[in-house]
Order: sequence, then structure tokens, then C-alpha cells
Amino acid sequence: MNQDDVVQLLSPEGERIANPEFTCLLNGEEIFGLYRDMAIIRRICAESTSLQRQGQLALWAPIRGQEAAQIGAGRALAPNDFSFPSYREHGIAWCRGVPPENMLRLFRAVSNGGWDPNKYHHSVPAIVLGNQVLNAVGYAMGIQRDGAEEAAVAFFGDGASSQGDVLESFVWAASFNAPVVFFCQNNQWGISTPSSVQMKVPLYKRAAGFGFPGIRVDGNDVLAVYEVTKRALENARAGGGPTLIEAFTYRMGAHTTSDDPTRYRVDAEVEIWNHRDPIARIKALLVRAYGVKNAQFEDVNTEADEIAMKLRHDVLAMDRPDPMTMFDHAYAEEHPLIEEGRRELIELGIGGLKK
Amino acid sequence: MTTTTMTMAKALNEGLRRAMEKNKKVLLMGEDIGKLGGVFRITDGLQKDFGEDRVIDAPLGESGIVGTAVGLAIRGYRTVCEIQFDGFVYPAFDQIVSQVAKLHKRSDGAYTMGLVIRLPFQGGIGAIEHHSESPEAYFAQTAGLRVVSCSTPNDAYWMIQQSIEHDDPIIFCEPKSRYWEKGEVNTDTPPRGLFEASVLREGTDVTVIAYGGTVKTCLRAADTAALEGTSIEVIDARSVAPLDFETMKVSVEKTGRLVVVQEAPHSASIGSEIISELTQRCFYSMQAPGIVVGGYHVPYPPTRIEEDYRPTVDRILDGVDRVIGFGK
Repeated sequence: MNQDDVVQLLSPEGERIANPEFTCLLNGEEIFGLYRDMAIIRRICAESTSLQRQGQLALWAPIRGQEAAQIGAGRALAPNDFSFPSYREHGIAWCRGVPPENMLRLFRAVSNGGWDPNKYHHSVPAIVLGNQVLNAVGYAMGIQRDGAEEAAVAFFGDGASSQGDVLESFVWAASFNAPVVFFCQNNQWGISTPSSVQMKVPLYKRAAGFGFPGIRVDGNDVLAVYEVTKRALENARAGGGPTLIEAFTYRMGAHTTSDDPTRYRVDAEVEIWNHRDPIARIKALLVRAYGVKNAQFEDVNTEADEIAMKLRHDVLAMDRPDPMTMFDHAYAEEHPLIEEGRRELIELGIGGLKK
Repeated sequence: MTTTTMTMAKALNEGLRRAMEKNKKVLLMGEDIGKLGGVFRITDGLQKDFGEDRVIDAPLGESGIVGTAVGLAIRGYRTVCEIQFDGFVYPAFDQIVSQVAKLHKRSDGAYTMGLVIRLPFQGGIGAIEHHSESPEAYFAQTAGLRVVSCSTPNDAYWMIQQSIEHDDPIIFCEPKSRYWEKGEVNTDTPPRGLFEASVLREGTDVTVIAYGGTVKTCLRAADTAALEGTSIEVIDARSVAPLDFETMKVSVEKTGRLVVVQEAPHSASIGSEIISELTQRCFYSMQAPGIVVGGYHVPYPPTRIEEDYRPTVDRILDGVDRVIGFGK
């Protein structure tokens, strides 16, 4: 990573780096809050991986390595902004207040969504790569028409950046000067496809060709991600139009629990990124600059364990849904084929009887 | 009762205008729909009257049009998307089946996907490739979507308004070959519900069901058949997903014979669906198996020969003869 074209406010060793454009004004308590979020979401991720390995989840998409990118962006959002996630945005969901057990309903295969998107201003997961980016731009066009000072944020990855929908999103956002922030987590790998196959020029530079600013931020530096995202959101809310943020990070684990990254990438690369761990560096800063004691970190660990245990308990308690629920909300208004399906399931003695 | 004579194109224009006057959240988005009024002039004058924020000239990307309409729907807007021609809807297919059709379900009802995708469809205008297709079955197959088609100016005027007011996403198929034909429009009262079929001509020998541009061809066929002593009942399905089987059943139980007329190839089509379902519902009333008179299983042909592909009066009458002569 060339230091010249990436915003970094914290070195991998946890030392502050001065930046002419971005200054982090967060106090020690707020920075500790970001640490706490990252530690908790890492713990949630580890518990979810275990639950999958124990046969309790159909799948899990780990985020280890991407905690700073997600917590930094998630905490920069205002309550009335609206975020549009892909399927790996557990850290964003956490920041939006989505209960962890709701995040796992999709992966437990008891729901195709998992939470009320309007309640948390956080959309339901989009699994088809890139679709949600256009949806975010449309939402932003709605914000414009309402004259509201809000922004939409689209989350996607380096893999999705090759999708036509993402590129059309750039065109639309630029044409209408929509209040949207494109937040790409470039975690270097789209399953086994390296980002070198996705892009011949750094992703953030694409924005210039569409007519809006692009910026690369060290995605493992939570302070930089927070400041860069906050600035882009403020700009969007004030009518300044879209920004593309490329959070340069790394997927430390597998794409999902069905993946085996040892088949396509070398340990040495993973080891390099291990030294750039997002949590270790903020911890180092907190110890060095704010005198945070070990006991305070231990308290966070205890809290994270409790959240993980509750999550495990809640997931195990998630029963197979009543089969009749498959007909709910397929349509907003009455539909004869839905009625027909309901009747058939009831006649077969299935609907409403089994747990 | 206020009735006015106008073309289907004008009726759609007036219907859109009225929907926009009634609800400020109604937006239009499409390629060239502003100053130009759309390539078929359906939105003529609307941008001038409602402004560029409500009649949105979109960049040239169908997925972009539909994908942003989804976000607008989440924000509470009702967007009527214009897809310029049937054959250009496929870039938006992903957004339509993956998001438009499924987001209400995925959000457990929190999102309402109240949007309309207008699709000039079918052939008959001597166009070049990709401008004459009938893709309705792709959408009819997808749960979460509804598909309707108008065949007269009066239906066009009302059905577009009813579609905009409806809370489910609707693929609105407009028979482009009928855009410039005039008819009476009653601007006071809608003729019927959006998903109800309509018996346009009563008859006793054969039920002929059609939708969109083929409806008029069927009415002509019925006129001709009447001269030869055959009484055809013509039904306009109007809604192709869901289908109004109740209205169709009453007719087929009376006539005992069924012909479905469409421009789409008949394999895995709306016609096959109608026949399958009515065969189950009216089995003991039927004197012959139902048949489809439709396009052949080939890509839409070069339009110099499209009249040998589209159902004509002769081909419809041939189909009618076949079901009458079945087993004889």
C-alpha cells in the first residue's frame, strides 16, 4: 500500500499519523467505544463460525479483518441515514442496532431477511452482487425529493465492483448528484478471485471517471475510516453529491464457511495482514495514549462473551418456522395463487400444525 | 358520464397525468420520456407540467431505472418506469426478479414495492429486432410480480391508474401496435377491477381468450366466424398474472371449447397456463382439448414476415375450426 494515496491516521503499531486533510477529534472514551464495537463484533463472528461448524447455521460469512472498516463506517452514520448492506455487513448491522440474533436468522435459514429495515434504517441483506447499490442510489434520489438532510450508504465489495449495477449506480448518482456514499470494502478476494483480476487501476480512482470524488482509506484503521466516512456523509447531506470510499482491507478468513482459502492464497500474504490487525492497533493506541488498563479490555471481553452466549442461546431457540409463513408477504395484497397454496398446505395437514 | 374519444397512447398519457395529480409521490422515470415524451410519446407534456424531479429522464440503463425505482419505493415513492421496448427489459431482469419481486417478502412486509414497469410489447409495427417481443411469461412465472395488459383506450386509462395505486409491483404490458387506435374513454368510472377478465363478446360455440394487441384480432375473427355461423365468445384476460379463471371457467363451461391467442411462443406460456388450469376446472364440460394460437418457437422473425408469425384472423379461425372439428 502506497502511503501517498491512502488516508491513514493510525499506524499498524498504533501510532497516530498526522494527515493534512483529516483530523480525528474523537476523545479517549469514544475511541474506546470503537474498540468495544470491534471486539464484540469479532466475538459474534467467532461464535457464529462455531455455530455453523456445529451444524446450527446453514452458512456464515466471516468478517475477521474487516472490523475497522465496518465499525468506522457504521459509527459515522447518523440515525436517519439509510444503509444498504450486502451479506457480510455484520459490523454495520451492529452499529445500526440490529440485534445479533436477527443477523443470524438468514444464516440459520429461518428467514430471507432477519430484521425490520425501517426500524434500524438498515436494509435487509442483498445477496445478488451489486443490486443494493442501485437501490441505495434510488433511496438517495428520494431523500433529494423530500428535501431532507440525510444520506444513503451502499456497502459492497471488490467482487461486486465488477457488476454492471455498481457502475450504473455511479452514473445515476453522478447524473442526479444523489446524496449517496459508496462504501467498498476491498478485502482483496472475491472468493478465490483476487482484486487484481477485478481492477487494473485502484478502485477509488474509478470515481474520477464518473465525475465525483474517490478516496482510499486504510480499512484497518478505524479512526481513518470513521473520519473519511463522516466527511463523505456530511458532504452528501449538504448537497455535495456522491463519494466513493475504498476501504483497503483484508478478508482474514474464508469467504464463507463453505470456502477453503488455502487452495488459492498463500500463508505469507495472510501473515502480512495479520500484522495490520485492526483491533491490535487501536488497542495499542488506547494503552499508549489514553492509559487504558488491562482490566478495561478484560471487561469488554467479558461483555463480548456474554453477548456471544446470549446469541448462541437465541440461535438454538430458533425453531423451524411454521410452513404457512412462506405465504406471508409474498404479495402485499390478496392473490389467488397464495390462497390456493395456503389451502393445499392446510389440506395436507402441514400448515400451522408442526413446529 | 363523461366520455371522450382518444387513442390508447393519449389514454395512457391522461391516466398517468391523473395519477400524478392525485398523488405527489408518483414519479415517472425512463429514457427520453421528458422533452421528447418517450419514443411513443406516452409521456408527452408531462415533464413540462410536473417538472424534472417527477418526470425523470434517465441515463440509458434499464437496470438503473428499475434498481433506483426500488430505492425510491423504499423511500415511499411510486415510480412508473418506462422500458423503451420489450426487448430492452432484460438488463433490468435481475433487479425485477431479485429485488422488485422479493423485497416485500424479504423485509417481512416492511417494504412496499409499489412500482409499475411499463413495457411496450408485441409486434406488428414493422420494427427491427428486439422491438416486437412478448416477454410476459418470464414475469408471470415470478412470485411477487403481477402482469397486466390493456387492449383498449378505456382500459389503458384506468388500468395504468389502478396499477399505480396497487401495492404490489406490476409489469404493465402495452400493445404498441394499438397505441394509435382510438376508442371511447369514460373518465368517471373504472370498468372493473385490475385483475378481472372481461367478456367482450358473447358466444356459444368456442371461447377465445386473448390479451393485449391480439384481443382486437380475435374480435375480428369472431365477426368473420359469425358470418359462417360460428358463435365465438371473446374474453380479454386483462390480467395475465394472476389470471381470472372464474370468468374464464364460466365461459368454457358454456362453450366447451377453448382457444387462447397470444403473440408469444406457446411453449411454457400464458396460453399453456390458461389451458392447463381450465382443463382441470372444466374437464367434464370440455368437448375438445384447448389449443394455443400463438407465435412459433423461434426468435421473433424479421418483420417483413412477421404477419406469418403473429396470430392473424385466418390462423385464429383455423384454430377455432380445429377445436370444433376435434374427434370428427
